[in-house]
This record gives sequence, C-alpha cells and structure tokens, in this order.
Amino acid sequence: MKFRIGPRTSQIIAYIFLLVCTIFVIFILIFIIAFVFKNGFSSLTWEFLTQKTKEMGKEGGIFPSIIGTILVTLFAIVVATPLGLGSALYLTEYTRGGLVRRLISFGADCLAGVPSIIFGLFGFIFFVITLKLGWSIISGGLTLAVMILPTIIRTSEEAIKAVPKSYREISYSLGVGKIDTILKIVLPTAFPGILTGIILGIGRAVSETAAVIFTAGSSLNIPTSLFSSTRTLAVHFYILAREGISMPKAYGTAMVLIISILVINFIAYRLMHRFIARYY
Amino acid sequence: MSDCKIKITDLNLLFDKIHALKNINLNIYANEIFSIIGPANSGKSSLLRALNRLADLDGAIVQGKIELDGVNIKDIPVNELRRRVGLIFATPIVLPGTIYKNIVYGPKMHNNYSKKELDELVYFSLASAGLWEEVKDRLWDSASNLSGGQQQRLCIARTIALKPEVIMMDEPCSGLDPISTAKIENTMLALKDKFTFILVTNNTKQAARIGTRTAFFLSGELIEVASTEQLFTAPRDKRTNDYIIGRFG
Amino acid sequence: MKEKTAEKILLIISFSAIISLLLITIFIFIQGVPLIFKVGLKNFFSTHWAPTKGYFGILSMIVGSLLVTIGALIIGVPLSLACSIFLAEFAPPPAQKILKPIIELLAGIPSVVYGFIGIVILIPLIRNTLGGSGFSVLSASIILGIMILPTIVSISYDSLVAVPQSYREGSYALGATKWQTVLMVLFPSARSGIIAAIILGMGRAIGETMAVIMIAGNALKIPGSVLDPVRTITSTIALELGYSTGDHRAALFACGTILFIIIVLLNIIAIKVASRE
Repeated sequence: MKFRIGPRTSQIIAYIFLLVCTIFVIFILIFIIAFVFKNGFSSLTWEFLTQKTKEMGKEGGIFPSIIGTILVTLFAIVVATPLGLGSALYLTEYTRGGLVRRLISFGADCLAGVPSIIFGLFGFIFFVITLKLGWSIISGGLTLAVMILPTIIRTSEEAIKAVPKSYREISYSLGVGKIDTILKIVLPTAFPGILTGIILGIGRAVSETAAVIFTAGSSLNIPTSLFSSTRTLAVHFYILAREGISMPKAYGTAMVLIISILVINFIAYRLMHRFIARYY
Repeated sequence: MSDCKIKITDLNLLFDKIHALKNINLNIYANEIFSIIGPANSGKSSLLRALNRLADLDGAIVQGKIELDGVNIKDIPVNELRRRVGLIFATPIVLPGTIYKNIVYGPKMHNNYSKKELDELVYFSLASAGLWEEVKDRLWDSASNLSGGQQQRLCIARTIALKPEVIMMDEPCSGLDPISTAKIENTMLALKDKFTFILVTNNTKQAARIGTRTAFFLSGELIEVASTEQLFTAPRDKRTNDYIIGRFG
Repeated sequence: MKEKTAEKILLIISFSAIISLLLITIFIFIQGVPLIFKVGLKNFFSTHWAPTKGYFGILSMIVGSLLVTIGALIIGVPLSLACSIFLAEFAPPPAQKILKPIIELLAGIPSVVYGFIGIVILIPLIRNTLGGSGFSVLSASIILGIMILPTIVSISYDSLVAVPQSYREGSYALGATKWQTVLMVLFPSARSGIIAAIILGMGRAIGETMAVIMIAGNALKIPGSVLDPVRTITSTIALELGYSTGDHRAALFACGTILFIIIVLLNIIAIKVASRE
C-alpha cells in the first residue's frame, strides 16, 4: 500500500517549514545584534567615544575613527549626490529610450555589481598613486563616492519617476519652462525619496571596509585636513578583531557601528514610507 | 464680427502612426465661447494641445499653421504662448502646496510681483473663478483639501492669474456634480468679455447652453462648424445630426 | 539658451557612472593584464602562489572562491527561497511589511561584523563539534550563505509578487492549494527573476572579502575537505596589497582582473536571464 500525502497535508508541512526558515533568518539577525550589544555594552562609555586611540587600540577610545568616518562619508556624499541626482534627472526628464539611456543605465547597473575589493584596488591605483592624493580622506571619499553612485542614481530615479506626470504638464501649461519645473515642482516633490537614497548611500559608506582601508589608510591620528589619512570605524574594528588587540574595544566599536547602521536604516525606512504613502 | 483670434490652416497632427487631426481649417474669434463636440478619439483634446504646443512634448508631428493674433505660434516663445493660451485639464490636478501657492506659482515665473500685487492677483483670480468667498479664510490651507468642484475652479483661477487671452477647457466638468458644473458654466459666461474660451465637451447640452459657436469633430476631422443655435437646430451634415440626437456617442 | 546648457550639463554628469566603470576597468586591466602575459598562462593558472619567488599561480584561489561560493549557495539559496515564498504567499500583509525590512536590515550589517561573529561563535563551534581548526570552507560557506540572504530574498520576493494575480486565481479555481500553486504556477512564472536573484547572490559571494579573510583560514592549498582552510581570490588581494611591490602588486591586480571579469560575466548573465520574461 502506497503512503500518499494529500495536498492539504503537504501544504501544512510546507507552511511549517517555510515559517521555521523565516523565523530562523530573523533570529540570526536579532542574534547578531543582541550578541554584539551584550558584549559591547560595557565598553560604550563617554570616554570611549571621545578619547583618542592609544596603544594601537588597546586603550583609549575611538574618537579619531568617528571623526574619520564622518569626514570620509560626508565627502563621498557631497561628490556622489550631484552626480547621481544629475544622472537620474537626465534619465527621467531628458531621454525617452534609446541608446543614451541604455548606456547610462548599463553603467549604473554594472557599477552596482562591482565588489568592494575592486573599488579598493581601483581607488588605490587611481586616487592614491596616479593622482598622487595619497592615503587620505579625499582618496577614501572619492572611492566611496563611486561605490555609492549607483545607489543614489537608482533611488533618485525612482523618486523622480514617481512624481505624477500631470504635475509637469500643468507646470508647462502655465508657461513655466523645463528647468524651473524641475527645480520648483519635480525636485521638491521627489525630495523624500531622493533623501532616502542618500541615506542608504551613507549606510553603505559607513559599513565599507575593503574599499576604504586601501585608500584612506589606517592612521590613528585625528585627521587635520582632507589630505590626512584616517581609520574609519569599520577599518578600526577589522584591525582590532583580526589582530586580536582588544576584545572589549572590538565589541564596543562594533556596537557603535551597528547602532549607526540601525539608526540610518530606520530613518531611511521611515522616509521612504512617508514618501510612498503620499504618492501611491 | 470681432477679429480672428486664432487662425488654424491645414493642421495635421500625427502621433507615432496615428493621424490624430486631418486637415483642420478653423477660425476662432475673440471673446466667444467656442465649443467643440464629438465622440471620444475625435481629436478634440489633440487640437487643444496643439494650440498651446503641449503636443510637442508628446512627440507629435504638427504640420500646417496656427496663428495667434496673426503670428505663427511657432514664432512665439513657447512659455509666453502658454501664458497667453491657458489650458484647463479634464481632471483637476492641484499642485502640492497651499491654495495661495497654486495661484501665484505661474505668475511669479513670468513677472516680478511685489507681495501686495500677489495678494491682489490671488483675490482677482479667485473672485473671477467664483471661488473667493469659499476659500478666502483658508488661503494657506493645502489645496488638496478642496472638493473636486472647488479644485477645478482653483485650476481656472490659476490660469486666470496669468492674465491669458485664450482659455481652453478640456471637458472641465466631466467628473463634477451639477452644482459645480453650473458654477463653472456661469464663470465662463461672466468672463466671456475678458477672454476667449475654447470649450471641449462631451456633453452636447453644455455646448448648447453656453457656446457661441460650436464645431463638431469626428475621427480627427472637422465635420461642421456654425453658430450654436444653427448647429443644434439645423445641422448641415448628417453625421452631426446623428451625434447630436444621440444615435452614437 | 539656458535650457540647452542645462541639458548639456546634465548629459555630461550622467556619464559619470559609465566613465567611472571605464576608469575602473582600464586601470585594473592596465596593471594586471601585462603581468599575466609576462609570466605566462601556465604559471598564472598553476596552483603555486609565491609571488616574491616568481610563482603566480592563482588556481588554488580560483578553486577556493568557487568552493565557498557553491557552499554559500547551498546554504543560502534554500533558506532565501523559503523566506521569500513565505513572505510573498503565506505571510499576512502586515507581517510582510515588518518582516521584509528586517530581512533587508541583514544587508546593512557590515561584512566585518559578520566575519567577527564567525570568529567568535562559528569557528569554535565547528572546531569543537566537527574537528579541524574551525577556519574552513564550511564556516566561510555558512557566513557567506547568511550574507547573501537579503539579496536573494529581495529579488525573488519581487519576482513572486510580480506574478499576476490572475495566475493564482486560475489555479485556486481549479482546486489547487496554495502550496501547489506555488510549486506548479508561481515558481515557473517567476523563474527568471529567481534565477537572476541567485546569480546576483553568487556575485556577492564571490566578491566578498572581509568576512572571508576572517574565517576561511587563508591557507594556499586546495582544500581536501570542507573542514580544511581555504583562500579566495579576494582574500589574497586584501591580505597582500598593503606590502606588495612590483610584480607582486601587478599580480594582485591580475587577480582583480580575473575577479572583475567573472563578476561582469555573472551580472550580464543575470540581466539577460531577468529580462527574458
């Protein structure tokens, strides 16, 4: 006698299996965050956040890295946002299809798939060596800018496309030109979506290690100019962990990193939802 | 007969492969309410969009000549043309922002107005559109809080604020209740002496109510144009007659 | 006219992405390709990597990258698909709204943190239960598998959701259960999107560097078992770039060239597969 599982039963089995998998995945995320928090909590003191790093990270705080991370990320955003927004505007407002559009989209999509170590290699040979910018915030920032460019292009494009076509038509019918329509109607309306993309770009830049370690270097000094080398939080964490310099400090650094990412993602998520709610 | 405001000569409009308007020859005179009737896809909206060159943005090919006060519209700077020839769309769309901002957005782009002048312009436009009494205390409210009929009148006010010469209406009352419709029709009648109206409507009775002259379009062709009274009582073309009496819609 | 100038400026700006891509390709290739020809293909594709002594064989690293990627797929793909199916078809909409962003949050965690968790939790676990040093193909596969979850879940979820509701309704009308509908109707319809998702996940796994360095052991031998340590192309580049000079450095760029070609090919395949619907 053959044992057959009826369709109802298979569905129940499948449902349980899928549910377990999903819960497992979510559990992993929560576990990672909780684990880092539990072990890093004790290191998270005011001194930790504001003191200079001493003894290669064994003592002191992570203040230089906080500053370095902020500067590198800021630089990357300042460079990538106009380029990304401009590209997105051109794609949505000035092309209708055809070769130019496909070329630009292709460039952006391909760039999105390039692994970070390649960006590290490129940044190293192009910015650090060829352009003689050395290991610096500029080199790191420019490299990260190229890395987050596709993210900003994509999200800005979606945001601009979401602006109803009728808004533009009305503006034109009122005798307002294209640039003014873009500046006064399209961009302000698309702004939350564009901002979401920028914030997601910030998130990527903050987590990045391979691209930064070979371009911004790993100096533990507080940066004094854009040409200073600096060690970002992610790089500092990597060095601490790999060299086994200090477990407590490593956990503390990881916690700062994760909290930043959580906050960044939360803000981006809330912005995106407000934006979607308004126009869909 | 007053002077010819818009003169259309041999107008052909092509969209991709569609021949939307075929050999249109038409004169529209100043200070009349020129209504255009016809079934869907007869080219009525395309004609309006050709008149303010919005059709250019659709990628349409426009052949023939359209003149505004004797000047070819291709020779008029397009932003200036669109200020002089305003367009009200079928679905009222208000721009994001306050009622006040909706009105002053266009004018500010064309002229430097002082705050006092802007306030006067807002009053003048809203009053002309018959909306002033209803919104005078909430000019700084969001425009999206208005009802459909109010929004459409806001769109009319928005256009009036530009001090145009021609106001084109593309089925302006199609989604509106009878009271709002009546208000808008009365607005047109009241403003007839200040502007020239071109009214596209799929409501033949509306054309009969307020049109000075009426034109009948079918499948991109101008079948017949005459004074409203004549078109509706004694149309010359059988197709016009069939449409008016409702044999097809 | 002001309008024309603005349009031209935007056109130039919008080429920044493709110009960057070109610069990356050119500079990496210029550094790497001459070396490949200088040392010869036989040397370059051998298994002996000792660049300071003139041996530039990257074969063991290619094998290493392949092994951890396949391992990551074995662990990551079933889990990802299970999640995306559950989210798209079985979870109630309010749950979807909460769960999907949570899973996408996994993508936001830095790779170095994943590596760290691997070191602190996974490596001792494997060492104590299965033997070996813990730094192994297995650990790398597990961590990479987790890391590619958000990519695959996101894209396959979108593909499943994009299947027209009429397909589902047609299936239910024939009396099929939800699960049967998933298996027989939705999966085949969303197939190209799901395959594209897997290929993109594969690309992420091959390109991953920091986590792999921390947990894969970095031994230059081709691993004999999943418990043996392994080195990938990415690890080699990251580990040695800091102190390399001359031919050694050029060889690392050659590694980068190979990696770049592999990733670009994978992306093109993914795009082609995805657009086949």
